Amino acid sequence: MEAGKEFGIVPCGLGARNTLRLESKMALYGHEISDTINVWEADLGRYAKMDKGDFTGRGALEQAKADGIKRALVGLEMVERGIGRDGYKIVDDLGHQIGEITSGSPAPFLKKNIALAYVPPEMSAVDTIVNVEIRGQKVKAKVVPTPFYKKPKKPVASA
Amino acid sequence: MGLPADYKYTKEHEWVKIDGDSATIGITDHAQESLGDIVFVELPKVGAEVAAHKSFGTVESVKAVSDIYAPISGTVTAVNDELTGAPEKINADAHGSWMIKIKVKDKGEANSLMSAADYEKYVAEEK
Repeated sequence: MEAGKEFGIVPCGLGARNTLRLESKMALYGHEISDTINVWEADLGRYAKMDKGDFTGRGALEQAKADGIKRALVGLEMVERGIGRDGYKIVDDLGHQIGEITSGSPAPFLKKNIALAYVPPEMSAVDTIVNVEIRGQKVKAKVVPTPFYKKPKKPVASA
Repeated sequence: MGLPADYKYTKEHEWVKIDGDSATIGITDHAQESLGDIVFVELPKVGAEVAAHKSFGTVESVKAVSDIYAPISGTVTAVNDELTGAPEKINADAHGSWMIKIKVKDKGEANSLMSAADYEKYVAEEK
């Protein structure tokens, strides 16, 4: 801390690191990605170079792409009062589970309660309203564009 | 922050001020300090029954969800709705930010609660 004093450094914990990566939609292993989630579902297809020859798992990825995704990773913003958190269920109007929040937290900088969640692909369009089950209650959230926050550096040609 | 001497305290870090058969309940300064910035409060409705040592609501900080336990049993007569809109008030003044008032069912339950001095000792030992 002494060494960085002149730069005005402050201590930062895991919680701060987590909201930071969540706002940027950076996947965390065991949350947005795992050995049961494929890159198409996680919206990380850009990292799988399918035109670069053979690699371990290529066949399975091709098959998964051909089959179409069963779930899609989306950004959520709570509309009603409540904070969706890791592991909370996304439910339909009858209360049946149709998805799950993989990371969720209040975003102190954005002053919003945000989350990343897997939902059925047909519910992944921006502005779709979904129910998050919080302590037995259905609380509304809506699908929003991600990342939740982008550093305003230079104008982006296409979003 | 000094602990009000006329309050009683729980091991789960709630305070209760008993006044006749009415009791006012909140969480302690130590609780708010441990939680960090409080961003969400969920409280019961007037008329709800709360039971001693059972959860009657929740407080959430950025990182965590915590249950709030009733120090004694009773029926909710008033809820501090101001806190649901401005939960940061609990951080600023935990001992002044009451959450619910209840009509006490059994005053005897209060005998098992801690005095300010006992609670101070309890918190010091917990650390």
